[in-house]
Amino acid sequence: MKFTLSWLKDHLDTDASLDEITDKLTAIGLELEGLEDRAATFAPFKVAKIESTEKHPDADRLKLCIVDTGEGKIQVVCGAPNARAGMKGVFAPAGSYIPGLDVTLKKGVIRGQESNGMMVSEREMGLSDDHEGIIDVTDRDPDLGTPFAELYGLDDPVIEIGLTPNRSDCTGVRGIARDLAAAGIGTLKDLDTSPVKGGFASPVGVKIENEESCPLFIGRYIRGVKNGPSPDWMQQRLKAIGLRPISALVDITNYMSYCLGRPLHVFDADKLKGDITVRLARKGETLDALNDKNYELDDFMTAICDESGVIGLGGVIGGEPTGCTDETVNVFLEVAYFDPMRIAKTGRALQIVSDARYRFERGVDPDFVVPATEIATRMIMDLCGGEPGEVVQAGSVPDTGRDIAFDPAYTEKLAGFNIPAAEQKAILETLGFTFKDDRTVQPPSWRGDIEGRADLVEEVVRIHGYHNMPAVSLPKISSVTHSAETPSLTRARLARSTLAGRGMNECVTWSFMGAEFAEMFGTNERQNAATLKIMNPINATLDQMRPSILPNLIEATGKNRDKGFPDSALFEVGPVFLSNKPDGQALIAAGVRSGHKGGKHWSGEEASRKVDAFDVKADAIAALAACGAPVQNLLVTRDAPDWYHPGRSAALRLGANVLAYFGELHPAVQAQMDIRETICVFEVFLDNIPQPKKKGGTAKKLLTLSPLQPVERDFAFIVDDAVDAESLVRAAMGADKNLVSRVDIFDVYQGKGVDPGKKSIAINVVLQPGEQTLTDAELESVTGKIVNMIAEKTGGQLRG
Amino acid sequence: MTEMSQNIAQLKTELSSMIEAANDLESLEQVKVTALGKKGRITDLMKTLGQMDPEERKTTGQALNVLKDEIAALINAQEEALKKQALDQKLATETIDVTLSARPEREGHIHPISQTMEELMTIFADMGFTVAEGPEIEDDWHNFTALNFPPGHPAREMQDTFFLPEDAEEQGERAKKLLRTHTSSVQIRYMTEQKPPMRIIVMGRTYRSDYDMTHTPMFHQIEGLVIDENTNMAHLKGCLRDFCETYFEVENLPMRFRPSFFPFTEPSAEVDIGCSREGGGLKIGAGDDWLEILGCGMVHPNVLKNCGIDPDKYQGFAFGMGIERIAMLKYGIPDLRTFFESDKRWLDHYGFSPLDRPNRAFGD
Repeated sequence: MKFTLSWLKDHLDTDASLDEITDKLTAIGLELEGLEDRAATFAPFKVAKIESTEKHPDADRLKLCIVDTGEGKIQVVCGAPNARAGMKGVFAPAGSYIPGLDVTLKKGVIRGQESNGMMVSEREMGLSDDHEGIIDVTDRDPDLGTPFAELYGLDDPVIEIGLTPNRSDCTGVRGIARDLAAAGIGTLKDLDTSPVKGGFASPVGVKIENEESCPLFIGRYIRGVKNGPSPDWMQQRLKAIGLRPISALVDITNYMSYCLGRPLHVFDADKLKGDITVRLARKGETLDALNDKNYELDDFMTAICDESGVIGLGGVIGGEPTGCTDETVNVFLEVAYFDPMRIAKTGRALQIVSDARYRFERGVDPDFVVPATEIATRMIMDLCGGEPGEVVQAGSVPDTGRDIAFDPAYTEKLAGFNIPAAEQKAILETLGFTFKDDRTVQPPSWRGDIEGRADLVEEVVRIHGYHNMPAVSLPKISSVTHSAETPSLTRARLARSTLAGRGMNECVTWSFMGAEFAEMFGTNERQNAATLKIMNPINATLDQMRPSILPNLIEATGKNRDKGFPDSALFEVGPVFLSNKPDGQALIAAGVRSGHKGGKHWSGEEASRKVDAFDVKADAIAALAACGAPVQNLLVTRDAPDWYHPGRSAALRLGANVLAYFGELHPAVQAQMDIRETICVFEVFLDNIPQPKKKGGTAKKLLTLSPLQPVERDFAFIVDDAVDAESLVRAAMGADKNLVSRVDIFDVYQGKGVDPGKKSIAINVVLQPGEQTLTDAELESVTGKIVNMIAEKTGGQLRG
Repeated sequence: MTEMSQNIAQLKTELSSMIEAANDLESLEQVKVTALGKKGRITDLMKTLGQMDPEERKTTGQALNVLKDEIAALINAQEEALKKQALDQKLATETIDVTLSARPEREGHIHPISQTMEELMTIFADMGFTVAEGPEIEDDWHNFTALNFPPGHPAREMQDTFFLPEDAEEQGERAKKLLRTHTSSVQIRYMTEQKPPMRIIVMGRTYRSDYDMTHTPMFHQIEGLVIDENTNMAHLKGCLRDFCETYFEVENLPMRFRPSFFPFTEPSAEVDIGCSREGGGLKIGAGDDWLEILGCGMVHPNVLKNCGIDPDKYQGFAFGMGIERIAMLKYGIPDLRTFFESDKRWLDHYGFSPLDRPNRAFGD
């Protein structure tokens, strides 16, 4: 909401400085968003007179002018065709900043002739595109040295405030003045709302068919007006706040909107056919609107109609065919109260942003409809002449009066500090509230936002000043800082720290992606993909709630590669969306490794090697372990979903419960996503990790250490190619649960010396004796058990 | 001098020069055998002692023992010298180029959003808050209506909402699915499920359909909620002052509470902190400019009512702020959009070490 200082002072009698006013605006909740003091911008430019002109000796189109600035006579070189002796214009001295040219003027020599400044055009002042010639104010005969800003009415500071949607009363300058007055910045001036007597019966009648959409409609016929440009003072104010003056009649409606927060409409009465009826539009009716667009209407919209059909959309926009023009002689003024919800719905549906909609959907003052009619009538008569008819009215002023309990003690309870009851009452009264008795108050008709006692507290405290409120630390509820995290946050944090600790960079990517990618990562398997599609996405690549984090990370991997960083390790801990229900969201830690493990390095293969499935297997297990999953019990099964390489991926499970997938990305998916290098990915389902049992508090299980050194034995077995290495480890572990403490695979070999279709797997078994050293016989026995168990479970034979 | 003592002196000279001439451990060993071995020169002389008379045996014996000790000492010294020389030679061949790069270990980083969320949690945990969570796909009732946004009210347009298709299994406002536009919807879920007193924060992803220099369609918010019988607006002011001073690490940080409007709070306020924008840079806590950082207020009685809490008995406050915004301010990150671009260089630069977890005791 924009207005000028002089406009404000039309309504507010005050000696306060501009700074005091703008500071107070912010302090009472009308936040200052901008202040344009154009008098300062235009300060160097003053009226000067061209004394004489002669042709520039060396340039046909230039003139040498002697300019009288009022302080002295100087020579200026000027190229304007309209420059002539005796003319008064606007002089810009050397050293001044020319806003329309974005240059600072220098004293110069033009083709050998000295020039000490310039006579400026409107375009050079940044006011219009007019560059036909320099500004000519000879007709107005101003004194030499008159500031240009004053002459052009630009000396009025423009104030812009950010208006919150509850404050419809401040969509007009008068409401702002009222709020400032309540806060001690001056007093609110009176407004003349006395009735203007009508001299004849209205030739146009009004009727309301749907009172819900329009409870009150007032019309007034004014005949014999003369439309034309509005006066300078009005044009300057409208221009200052960014509106384009059109004609007096139209400007009056705009002025009323911004001055009093009261939108209204003027019809050219000669273009109306019969009486006016307010009703709901019929589906399919259309309106040629004042913004030169045609709208198709719907049956919830409020239509203003005459016998020809719809001539305006109530409270949103008027119709072009019945609009006022310079030729308008007879006017029909419309002042009405419309249902805010319908206005909002209509405006949204038709995407019409208008000053009328802005005010009506926030709720204009219903009690002001009648006074506004009189004010508008008077203004039309003042500016355009004419003779007013009698007011015609349909419907009645809606009763918005309501009682609210006033309890001064509640202010202290809610705000935390005391404001004397008398001051509270005084604040509410200056804001227009009326007290029925000491404990009952009625809000003014223009404050539809005031509902209950908490609203009264806000009114009192904001006018009294938020800065007067003390700041009191929250009382401690416990002497101990308890854990604030939820279990899922704890897991997210542990997984995040672990993966970052393993050299991966954490990313945060969109929760949505293109449906094309989503389909490759699971949505096509689900019946509910359509329920997870955003209906109004930013664009088509951000329209499906993600079924997996991987596509975003893979895309990021590609982008990093394109920037010259092919080796990347990215992860994200975040949600995926499995359904639109409150429990349809799962927490995932997903990661993507591409290129080489550690970049190129002189030390050789291990550091520089390409990433593989076992890197991401380690990532997944590390994240699971950090979150307390019993990783020693994990089963590795070969059933990762379709987006994984079928032979180089797996699921990590506890029974049927899948805790993670890992492996190489499926080459087909990779190709579709424009990834050329092998990339390895994992997804850890943090929600699926069993919650560790918390018994016995924070103490860990007691540790007993054997005093005896462990014994190691190596074995190599020949097994069928199809046998999983994991099964040998399990068999060896199970051979003697008391003695075998760990089993590691240290070699896998196929080739010379091993039959085709077979492989050799070498394992290292660690035996941990308990209380006594193992005898040779015991060692031999356990070795035998291991060999037998492996033979039994895997068919593996000791390699000869 | 007897013939014997001349022999001993001569032998000493002879053996000494042999020891000195031995230039590796092997030849020194041979000298040792020659001098002190079972058939060595000194041993040979020792063997002659038996043929001597007692007086002569005594003096010669003593002289021979001295010789034996002297020669043994010389051999030892030479042996040490040779060993040291051999080690020096070996070490000289083992030199490596220590300027070669260390074994590569990729450095990982925590995203600034995660880091900031953990910081926020440590600060609010200290004030007795715990974390509550809720779904990001919400319905119209939880995101708007219960928060006192009347259907069709222009306040709803303050937030451009992403909509999902209606849920056929639900009715009315609960069927209208959308992406939550603020974390405030979790207030509603928490208040309908729990009983006062309550003191919670909510952190997470929020969505608005806006994408330009200063808006991204997804961003993060933190929300605070305190409900009990006595918490008032002065507590709100105190809580936010304590938070801002702790988070920005500026004591007596200038702060400004301005009246504002949110449908779900009454009275409402926006909070600005003092800053300086001189020289293009932004400095928190200095200068005479203001920077808006959060919105807050006393929970609207209608919201309490909507959640089944008696507004005549209970009251409290709520606040909300953008996590990216306060991360940008604290860590000098200039562009919001870069948070979501996953550019390796950005993550390396603005990310945090996994071992550098927020802890009020450490500072930052």
